[in-house]
Amino acid sequence: MDRNEILKVITEVFEDIMDADPADVGPETTGDDIPEWDSLSHVRLMVAIENRFDVRFSNAEIEALTKVGDIADLLVTKTAG
Amino acid sequence: MPFHAHDPAPPLALPWLRPMPADFRDRLRALARGTEHVGAGTLADLANHGLDLDALLALDRTVMRICDRIVPTEGLRHTETLRLAVLAEGSLDYTCPAIRATGLRRGLNVQTWMPAYGQATAQLMDPDSDLRHFAPEAALLAPTGESLGLTRATVDADLAASGVAAALAATRAQAYALQAMGTGIVIVQTLAQSQLSWAGHLDAALPGSPRGQIAAYNASLVRLASDMALVVLDAAALAARTGETAWSDVTLWQRTKVPMALGAIPLYADHVVRLLAATRGRSAKCLVLDLDNTCWGGVIGDDGLNGIRIGKGSADGEAFLAIQQFALALKARGIVLAVCSKNEEAAARSPFESHPDMALRLGDITVFVANWADKASNIVSIARTLNIGIDALAFLDDNPAERERVRQSCPDVMVPEVGADPALYPALLAQSGYFETLAVTADDTFRAEQYRANAMRAAQVAEIGHYDDYLASLGMTCQIRPFDAIGRTRIAQLIGKSNQFNLTTRRYSEADVAAMEADPSVFALQVRLADRFGDNGMISVVIFCKGAQDWVCDTWLMSCRVLKRRVEEAVLNAVAAVAHAEGATRLTGVYVPSAKNAMVALHFATLGFAPLEAEESDPEGTTRWTLDLAGHVTADLPMVVDATDALPPKESR
Repeated sequence: MDRNEILKVITEVFEDIMDADPADVGPETTGDDIPEWDSLSHVRLMVAIENRFDVRFSNAEIEALTKVGDIADLLVTKTAG
Repeated sequence: MPFHAHDPAPPLALPWLRPMPADFRDRLRALARGTEHVGAGTLADLANHGLDLDALLALDRTVMRICDRIVPTEGLRHTETLRLAVLAEGSLDYTCPAIRATGLRRGLNVQTWMPAYGQATAQLMDPDSDLRHFAPEAALLAPTGESLGLTRATVDADLAASGVAAALAATRAQAYALQAMGTGIVIVQTLAQSQLSWAGHLDAALPGSPRGQIAAYNASLVRLASDMALVVLDAAALAARTGETAWSDVTLWQRTKVPMALGAIPLYADHVVRLLAATRGRSAKCLVLDLDNTCWGGVIGDDGLNGIRIGKGSADGEAFLAIQQFALALKARGIVLAVCSKNEEAAARSPFESHPDMALRLGDITVFVANWADKASNIVSIARTLNIGIDALAFLDDNPAERERVRQSCPDVMVPEVGADPALYPALLAQSGYFETLAVTADDTFRAEQYRANAMRAAQVAEIGHYDDYLASLGMTCQIRPFDAIGRTRIAQLIGKSNQFNLTTRRYSEADVAAMEADPSVFALQVRLADRFGDNGMISVVIFCKGAQDWVCDTWLMSCRVLKRRVEEAVLNAVAAVAHAEGATRLTGVYVPSAKNAMVALHFATLGFAPLEAEESDPEGTTRWTLDLAGHVTADLPMVVDATDALPPKESR
């Protein structure tokens, strides 16, 4: 799956979990940009992304994420091969 | 690119509920944006789907936002408030909203309270804590194996045993503290088993393995719950059924301290809510069965006795036989069975009468309705015949159109969503939790018999003319006793379930009832009634608070099965005699109106009490009544009253 397709799916998950506006979700988006993206919704977001892409993240991988683009990069690696 | 469905893994799903509608989020948004009143029924209907965690959280947020606009829905049982303290390990930020949203499914407005992280014990012990101010009506104690110190493996069996004992003592202390602060319902959870096997299969034989310690704790917890009248939520069984790896998510716990997999929270919340519903008398008392393609394969009117599929001859027949056997099993613990079928009555009865492979017989069915009328109105009349609320019925029907019709016309009836495969029906009924119960007593096994005997008595009235002659012909014996340990569970059951003939609708737990047995300021009676058709078991509970001059009625309830037998008068005679012997001069009656007890508004008037002014602290609509004991004449009753233990010795009368 390429990075753009992945970003599209991630945006859909943001819409489901946080009722976020797709226009607000891009590679540089962080928690500061979306008011509903707090520690609680972040937990549900990561679980939903795991379910949606059928992957599992380790805690170390999750703790290294700082913006949406990082999530997409991680998924590119996880869904390759 | 195939996207995986958002549905939870099958073991964590709620398959007896309809799938979440596609427009669920839109409906929530519309409710939030609107300004008009929102009926409680609208919210109950939204909640009555298989919602995942995100949907439950969204529903909870919407309800919070619109709470000022929520009004009761006419014709629907009123939602009741329940204050629940959740004392669980870990982060409850999802569990509490999930429980609140799920509560709407069963007509409960659950207000939750949780301690700040790690503060549960302090809150329990501090006499001025926030928990005390919250004044919980129910509490959920959910530690983890880790928090109880049961996950450190040891080869020393004695050390393991003392660790289990210490864990149990900690749980006991918390439960005791909750009961001491007046929490009527304390729910304790068994622990999901450890996913880490220490010694492989040998764990089963090693009490010092974490699995061994947890198994020992769970077994002793169930015994503790019986001793202290606690309610058990068997999370161990749930986790085992869903799969321990689906139930717990170790990675999630380490990262977030959320105590269970997010996907498991909706199922867990439903199990908490079904227990709470049971404590409020909201479980189903009757299972109404469709016949064609529900109790047998095929349509009796078309296929005839030889064509329907029931019994061991075919896979289909086996499935329907299992459904019938499950219904019989429910009947054995006191659930009443009824039939509601669109058929000619004779055709509907014929398999019960003549088919050799049927497990259900006519004698198992308390109310048998087979006609061409609308099922919704038939179900209303079944409830009326049984003299129970329509909200005490569950309805099993393979036909989605019939299910939908009943859901729309009778939204209080519990209608499990069943697919086309009858092999799954017993499991769906069992998983639904509609028949959740807090105790099974000896009286329960005879419940269906009692309802049938009632039907026979009704037939009798038609034959015998004068009503008192009819009562005398019943050969009734009424046994009146003070509260005792043997009757305790059934007393608490009646207190929890009686809604119509209930003067004050005060709910007491088994622990409260036990306390009343020993309380000298309380005069409490349990009443049994038998007649020549059968024994009705315990049918009335009465509690008076003793004053020097005036005994005030705190609770007076009676099973509607024994209306119009003059049992109330026998009870009044007993109370009056003891009160008089102990020097009281008056009895005070109290009626607190509820949504369901209009029938007893004039109960005290009928017994000869005079009206009194209500007190300022009384709930709105309360009426008070007074009876002067000096003027009370013991009525002559058409029954033998055995009240030896309740009445004072003969000399002082």
